[in-house]
Amino acid sequence: MSNVFHAIFSTTFLFSVIRVATPLILASMGAVITSNAGITNIGIEGVMLVSALTGVFASAFGFGPWFGFIISIITGVICSLAIGYVSMSLKTDSVLTCIAFNTMAIGGTVYFMYAVVKDKGTTIALNSGKLPSVEIPLIKDIPVLGDILSNHNVVSYIALLMILVVYILLYKTPLGLRIRSAGKAPTALSSVGVSLIKTRYIALGISGILGGMAGAFMSMGYVTWFSKNMTAGRGFIALAADAIGNSTPVGAALSSLLFAVAEALSYSLQITTVPPELVQMLPYLVTIVGLIAYSIRKSSLVKKERLKQAVK
Amino acid sequence: MKSKKMSVGQFNVWFEVLRFVLAIIIAFSISFIIMSFSTDAPFAAIGNLFVGPLTSIRRFSTVLETMIPLTFAGLAVSVMFKANQFNLAAEGALFMGALTAAILAIYMPGPPIVVIIASMLAAGIVGSLVCAIPGVLKIKWNCSEMVVSLMLNYVMLYFGTYIFNQVARDPDSAYNASYKFREGVKLSNILSKTRLHTGLIIMVAFVILTYVFIFKTKWGYKLRMTGSNLHFAKCAGISVAGVIMSSQLIGGFIAGVGGSTEMLGMYSRFQWSALPGYGFDGVILNILAKENPAYIPVAAFFVAYLRIGADYMYKQSGVAAEIVAIIEGLVIVLVAATAFLSKFRHRMTTKLSKDLLTSGGER
Repeated sequence: MSNVFHAIFSTTFLFSVIRVATPLILASMGAVITSNAGITNIGIEGVMLVSALTGVFASAFGFGPWFGFIISIITGVICSLAIGYVSMSLKTDSVLTCIAFNTMAIGGTVYFMYAVVKDKGTTIALNSGKLPSVEIPLIKDIPVLGDILSNHNVVSYIALLMILVVYILLYKTPLGLRIRSAGKAPTALSSVGVSLIKTRYIALGISGILGGMAGAFMSMGYVTWFSKNMTAGRGFIALAADAIGNSTPVGAALSSLLFAVAEALSYSLQITTVPPELVQMLPYLVTIVGLIAYSIRKSSLVKKERLKQAVK
Repeated sequence: MKSKKMSVGQFNVWFEVLRFVLAIIIAFSISFIIMSFSTDAPFAAIGNLFVGPLTSIRRFSTVLETMIPLTFAGLAVSVMFKANQFNLAAEGALFMGALTAAILAIYMPGPPIVVIIASMLAAGIVGSLVCAIPGVLKIKWNCSEMVVSLMLNYVMLYFGTYIFNQVARDPDSAYNASYKFREGVKLSNILSKTRLHTGLIIMVAFVILTYVFIFKTKWGYKLRMTGSNLHFAKCAGISVAGVIMSSQLIGGFIAGVGGSTEMLGMYSRFQWSALPGYGFDGVILNILAKENPAYIPVAAFFVAYLRIGADYMYKQSGVAAEIVAIIEGLVIVLVAATAFLSKFRHRMTTKLSKDLLTSGGER
């Protein structure tokens, strides 16, 4: 057991937590924005996947990783708006739209990957480059903290920044107020002359930016290629993180971290005798347990509230 | 003119068919444009997609074989969605059902027919248990059944793989496969020179049973009522929680049996190392079939035909078969989109009603 503890309380473990958490934080921020606007966006999985591929293509055939990063973001926005168009303007159920979109994303990315590189597995042959890692000047010299916090991929820092940005956007700006009212009181929003659909389009667009970044990180930071279905349910996890975090940016980010700890733990535990499949199961199980814990707390709060009103 | 005297009801049926056909045409046109970027002979490619499954009996029977698990998944999702629960655990239920059936097929003593029936029942029960989890959590603590079921599928994949490695894995096999099933424990063939198996008959039976259950029984009526208006159902004295739970159990049972049918019909060893994806396919089929179990086999046939056609196209023309995912996605989006052609529908309905009014309400 001692070497397990050694592995967990090492700087490399905490370093990998941040690395694993990056796409989850970004995607869960996207989920937070859309769920505040009253949309269940399970399409974020597909958005990530498509952006990851376009990023790789743009980087390889265009002007390098940063260009790919921008194209990923643009792709994310376009995909999200397309989901919005179908679900709001064409009036399709949003969950069904997203499932259709995810199906298209999984198959479509393989189709285009094969069309371009003649490989159905990965684009490893493309040599598409990687977004740079950043050393943080002062922090990197601090003994332990420096090893954990410095030298991450630039997108990891963007992800941490995005928690703050989304927080400010949602709670400190007029747009944030509109987005939150679109979810909580759509009729009130319309009654003061703000278009509900337009607000939801904006929310979807922003979630597309975040999903696009998450996708770019997957294929140009986490690894340096695109592979078939490489997001592997991270978009769904982001949705769970949003649910556990009660659709608040900080809550969702912490839930993403919880999942990331479980996943990083699963890598560390692979050196022990614990069966690897059970270890791989851990992150998903932790998410379910987290969701249950959150729901129990919430439903007991609701009961207390009712009791209070009854006493009055 | 006869068409002018069409009633609004007749028009609606006709309109749905028209919309479906248009959706397919649009989806194929867009896919054709996409394909023409990646191949020099797009016409030949799309031709192969259409005629591929008809080129031999073997290929056509593959369509029917592919259709079987799809139909089961569609029926399972249909029953669960009828209670207005977006439970996507059919995926995990099908996986675990297949694994359960495989384990029993390896180890259970007794005559093959008994083993087959026992393993199907066991698979169904395991499937029920899997799909019950999101249902219980929803009813007890109001957890989002969709998020739970999405996570649960991965839990089932890894848990199932663990069980598989502990119990059934053949250490001598070069790839990750289980021991061979016992001699004779296999759904028998119904067409020589193909792999088409009696699972097709089981499938038909389940389609009929599900249809009768949903539309012809008191239970099914309660289920539909609960799904369409929860509060009304509550006021009418229906035990809503019980109805929701039973629909998840039944849906899971169907998914589990589907998994066992696929396993015992098509394989002689368990060798799934990833989720088969049937859970989401089940949702797609329900959109195409307008959530009516009677149409689900038709939708499953359509999807299976496309997929086998695409495989043929890949072999013949070198266009990746995954293009069908784009076709499927476009078709279901257009079929599910209420606003697609709705102006036309509105205009026609008004016109028909006016005609009826002027002709004195005669039909």
